[in-house]
Amino acid sequence: MDYTDRKKILEVKNLKQYFNVGKNDEVRAVDNVSFDIYEGETFGLVGESGSGKTTTGRAIIHLYEPTVGEVLFNGKDVAKIKGRKDQLEFRKEMQMIFQDPYASLNPRMKVKDIVAEGIDIHHLAKNDQERTDMVENLLETVGLNKDHSSRYPHEFSGGQRQRIGIARALAVDPKFIIADEPISALDVSIQAQVVNLMKELQIKNNLTYLFIAHDLSMVKYISDRIGVMHYGRMLEIGPADEVYTKPLHDYTTSLLSAVPVPDPEVERARKQIPYEPTMEGDDKPRTMVEIAPHHFVRAAEDEVAMYQERAEKAGLDVL
Amino acid sequence: MENNDTENLIEVKNLKINFDTYAGKVKAIRDVSFHLKKGETLAIVGESGSGKSVTTRSLMGLNADNAEIAGGQIMFHGEDVLKKSEKEMQQIRGKDIAMIFQDPMTSLDPTMKIGRQIAEPLIIHNHVSKKQAMAQALEMLKLVGITDAEHRINDYPHQFSGGMRQRIVIAIALICYPEVLIADEPTTALDVTIQAQILKLMKELQEKIETSIIFITHDLGVVAGMADRIAVMYAGKIVEYGTVDEIFYNPQHPYTWGLLNSMPTLDTQSGELSAIPGTPPDLLDPPKGDAFAARNPYALKIDAEQEPPFFKVSDTHYAATWLLDPRAEKVTPPEAIAKRQAQWAKMHTDDGELVRPATPLNTADNLDDSDRE
Repeated sequence: MDYTDRKKILEVKNLKQYFNVGKNDEVRAVDNVSFDIYEGETFGLVGESGSGKTTTGRAIIHLYEPTVGEVLFNGKDVAKIKGRKDQLEFRKEMQMIFQDPYASLNPRMKVKDIVAEGIDIHHLAKNDQERTDMVENLLETVGLNKDHSSRYPHEFSGGQRQRIGIARALAVDPKFIIADEPISALDVSIQAQVVNLMKELQIKNNLTYLFIAHDLSMVKYISDRIGVMHYGRMLEIGPADEVYTKPLHDYTTSLLSAVPVPDPEVERARKQIPYEPTMEGDDKPRTMVEIAPHHFVRAAEDEVAMYQERAEKAGLDVL
Repeated sequence: MENNDTENLIEVKNLKINFDTYAGKVKAIRDVSFHLKKGETLAIVGESGSGKSVTTRSLMGLNADNAEIAGGQIMFHGEDVLKKSEKEMQQIRGKDIAMIFQDPMTSLDPTMKIGRQIAEPLIIHNHVSKKQAMAQALEMLKLVGITDAEHRINDYPHQFSGGMRQRIVIAIALICYPEVLIADEPTTALDVTIQAQILKLMKELQEKIETSIIFITHDLGVVAGMADRIAVMYAGKIVEYGTVDEIFYNPQHPYTWGLLNSMPTLDTQSGELSAIPGTPPDLLDPPKGDAFAARNPYALKIDAEQEPPFFKVSDTHYAATWLLDPRAEKVTPPEAIAKRQAQWAKMHTDDGELVRPATPLNTADNLDDSDRE
């Protein structure tokens, strides 16, 4: 895929997000992570719990003050957006869909008020009628019945609630959506519905997604590029198919070997490949090195040759 | 599931369970029958609300107060579990039939050291001394792969990670060497790498302890490597059951097709995932006919009228769909399913061609020729 003439909508540069800085229990949740997201693509961020993927997402939407580094959205540092007007504008452009469709909707609000909250804050509707029309349109867009707008969240199933969450995010017509494990809490059959809806909306509204998940098969399916995180660091970034079928980093290989496949023959033959994280602990300076076009691996200088060899064996065009 | 083998450890016959709610009677389990053989793993697969958890909870007498057994039997060692008193159930629970729950965070007592929690069933059921029970708890802790078990036995649950906690929950469930282990979505809350470890551990322990497992999940990927047999549940009924190979390579029910199809596999490229449209029916008022008909692109006219009986595909494989009726027109399953079936055919070249046998079961009470089509 050619990225040279594509616009970077988001640039994360050397982001460090530490908690309890300077104390004994300092946590380096995100440790020097850099990546770009191009306009109109879906960037999948995968990793185990505690790998820092959610923290990265939250830092991007500026729910945290970054310890070090910067997040540039359309070229502007999100931490330097000051003033109510600019803040509002930023929040309108970037929205979030949350993991838990049960906890992320206010149980005391009607669906129409949940969806319209953004519309109200940003004064996007001139009058009540327009507000109602917008809400009903949004509900229909996400595949819900517009007659449901005066119901409360508890009257909906998990999949329907996630659709409400998506409608809420779409209400302010954002450019960029962070979806933090949007399907993990849903049944398999409903997951496919929500993923299809997200793909459809992406094309219709020219959206860019940061899709955070631990389910690798779904991430591969929805993403154009994938970033793999572990211990707060980015270990590998590359085109989705390539990372999935030709992983370069040991951790990615191990993670992929753990994904259950709905095929008994494959499962019987499966061998899980354990990962030895000690190598990450040595103090060699490591940076993201581009091994094949757009395929980066976190490597120390003396490891580059080894990854290049791996890439060559896998049939990638080594740079 | 009809099977009269004597080696059946558990036999559930025509189980019907309703829940009394403010809105009315929810018919959660609508005539479910299955059996569990000694040493095997039976997976019960289905969406939330399909009744898989209720079914297994009733095996242990753990259903909520508003549950009403509307009919059926659960035979365990020749006795009907449903007729037992709470006191008798306490003798079985945790000893003969043990359970692992979905959420390891909430199924452990946060105020009790884990050693005590593991030893507790032994002290209660086997009346062993506390010292001996703790010694056995230590052994079990090592068996489930907790490193430095001697020291960690005195730790509290919050000192462990999610995967380690699930290992502790497994240790508690297995300490009495139960004959049946019910695992209710044991890995849903865990990461894939930890999930793989826990599944491997369960398989290893099953061999060591010779226990039978009922594995409940909505994730078909997980059961492909775990199960010997699979029962697919939908809207309070079993719609298809068979060996793991039969369900994955020769699925017959459109719902099973839908489940298999909605998961992306390695060779799923871009394009639409084939989701099952719509949502499961409201069991307050279950639809007439086939409950899946409203979401089923292959539904026949008869599906709206009459519930399909089980049609026999092989001695171990049955599916409740009218598509298997010899009079139904042949349909072409979705491409990915056709691929699976092609693989099945390849797997069976030695046996000759697989003919679709169409001997409906329960014909007498369910079928009446006059009102079909």
